[in-house]
Amino acid sequence: MKMLLNLLMLLGLCSAWAAGVGFQVFDHPNDDGSGIDLKWEYAGADIYSIQIERKTGNEDFQVIATVDSGKNSFLDTNNISAGEIYDYRISILDADGQSLAQEVGRAIAKAQWFNTDKISLLIMAIILSGAIIFYIASARSGKDLYIRRISGLDSMEEAVGRATEMGKPILFVPGIMDLDDMQTIAGLTILGKLAQRTAEYDTKLLVPVSRSMVLSAARETVKESYMKAGRPDSYLPDSVFYLTDDQFGFVAGVDGIIIREKPAAIFLMGAFYAESLILAETGFTSGAIQTAGTAMPSQLPFFVAACDYTLIGEELFAASAYLSKDPHQLGSLKGQDVGKALFVIVLAVGIILEIAGVHFLKDFLIAH
Amino acid sequence: MKRRIPLLIAFFVGILVIVAEFIPHKPFGTLTGGLEDWFMIIAGFAIILGQMNLIKVHVLKIKHKLPNWQYFIVTIVSFAVMVIFGLFWGTEDNAGILGAGTSLVQSIGSKPFDYMFNNVYQHLSASMFSLLAFFIASAAYRAFIGRTTESNLLLIAAVLVMLGRTSLGSFLTGWLPDALSFLHLPNLAEFIMKYPNTAGQRAIMICAGLGIIGSSLRIILGIERSYLGGE
Repeated sequence: MKMLLNLLMLLGLCSAWAAGVGFQVFDHPNDDGSGIDLKWEYAGADIYSIQIERKTGNEDFQVIATVDSGKNSFLDTNNISAGEIYDYRISILDADGQSLAQEVGRAIAKAQWFNTDKISLLIMAIILSGAIIFYIASARSGKDLYIRRISGLDSMEEAVGRATEMGKPILFVPGIMDLDDMQTIAGLTILGKLAQRTAEYDTKLLVPVSRSMVLSAARETVKESYMKAGRPDSYLPDSVFYLTDDQFGFVAGVDGIIIREKPAAIFLMGAFYAESLILAETGFTSGAIQTAGTAMPSQLPFFVAACDYTLIGEELFAASAYLSKDPHQLGSLKGQDVGKALFVIVLAVGIILEIAGVHFLKDFLIAH
Repeated sequence: MKRRIPLLIAFFVGILVIVAEFIPHKPFGTLTGGLEDWFMIIAGFAIILGQMNLIKVHVLKIKHKLPNWQYFIVTIVSFAVMVIFGLFWGTEDNAGILGAGTSLVQSIGSKPFDYMFNNVYQHLSASMFSLLAFFIASAAYRAFIGRTTESNLLLIAAVLVMLGRTSLGSFLTGWLPDALSFLHLPNLAEFIMKYPNTAGQRAIMICAGLGIIGSSLRIILGIERSYLGGE
């Protein structure tokens, strides 16, 4: 019996149930061994609060929490180490602090090697990555891939041509977020292509940034583009410059540049928040041709209203592949389309099942 | 070699972060948090780079008396004043080189840095933000001019939502019987925001999510190299 108890404990399934208090203590699932779950049931009427005590080894029990009577579970994450055995004592207290019932339980904290809550995410990621890699391989074998036109990206030539004819600069803003945002990286890849064109046409390029990390990355990108275009002498390091990390300070700075420099073309590519419309409307009043791109759904309507061209969501991320015409990159776009088709099918099936009262697909897809 | 090492680092770290998403066991479980800390440390040092650039660019503009050079003096002076105030008397919770500035706090109510922050910076920032109200009006005017079917639909939806969210909406349709309560303007506005609007936003978010996965894979596999200045 003792061996069986130890075995259950090692499996993190140990529980204790008393006649009055249903008390369960078990390892918190899908974590790194830093949590123990406690659950209890008690039907008494005079219950006021629940006192939880804990001990390890030969120590005495110490109070770790007191919770309201309405609760029936507690997650202990306070100094829990994987591999340690923890004893818990739960006391049901009345309004005077008198114990109505008491129960003990034991569990061992364990770290898991796989988060079972994320099985659906793993399956989707494997299918999606598989589709993208398959189409990249197809493109490598020379298969022709059709990619629809993206007007916002085709406008780049028009914008550079216009700026060159007017003798005015091009303004590029890579959003207000740092390099850890994928939209900023997507913005920088577009900047690279744009800088190559401005180098070829010898058009002035202005890139104000709001993050220091973006400053160094944008500078490197522009410099490389000028070198690739065979015009390293035309590269001006100060064409990429830092303004401020502050959201509205940055907006004030960029608006000032738009008013003073009157750029012929403005590109707003990256992550934007409330400043999106302030920038786009200032650009509109200055008469610049404007192209914006972001994956922030709440800011897209503003860009659509104020800009000539807008890259919506995924178009921003597709820009690099679209502009490079590199078949390997285009293959990955085709793989994304398979992902979209998959999502449509799963959504349709999910809607039908939910209407029919079958919830297993929804429950399976929910990642905790 | 200059390109290969960053590509290898991107591949290795990218795969590691993906794997860590599914493995809570140490060291994978704490890996993402650790990498985020690294990023914060590097970003902290990079702030110095940004400040140096700010000073250099603006001082050069003043030195060469470029058009509107006077504005750049304001930037440099503002920057210097805030740095000096912060260094000498500290901020709300931190003492500066000259101490906590107790006498200054007694005379102006707070430390010089906080005083400037609360009484100058915050008001300037709020002024900039408040411009949004006027820009929304001008952008909405252009968006709602009924030129196409889409803009007409946008105009109708916008009017319904705007009316539905004001007391006028309730007043205008409050007399409708219960059987027609779905035509009550607040209910219509709620319906538009809850279903068509949410559906559209989620569609964009799902597609953007797929785009992020595609871009990430291109970077991890080394196909996308533009961020390194390559093709």
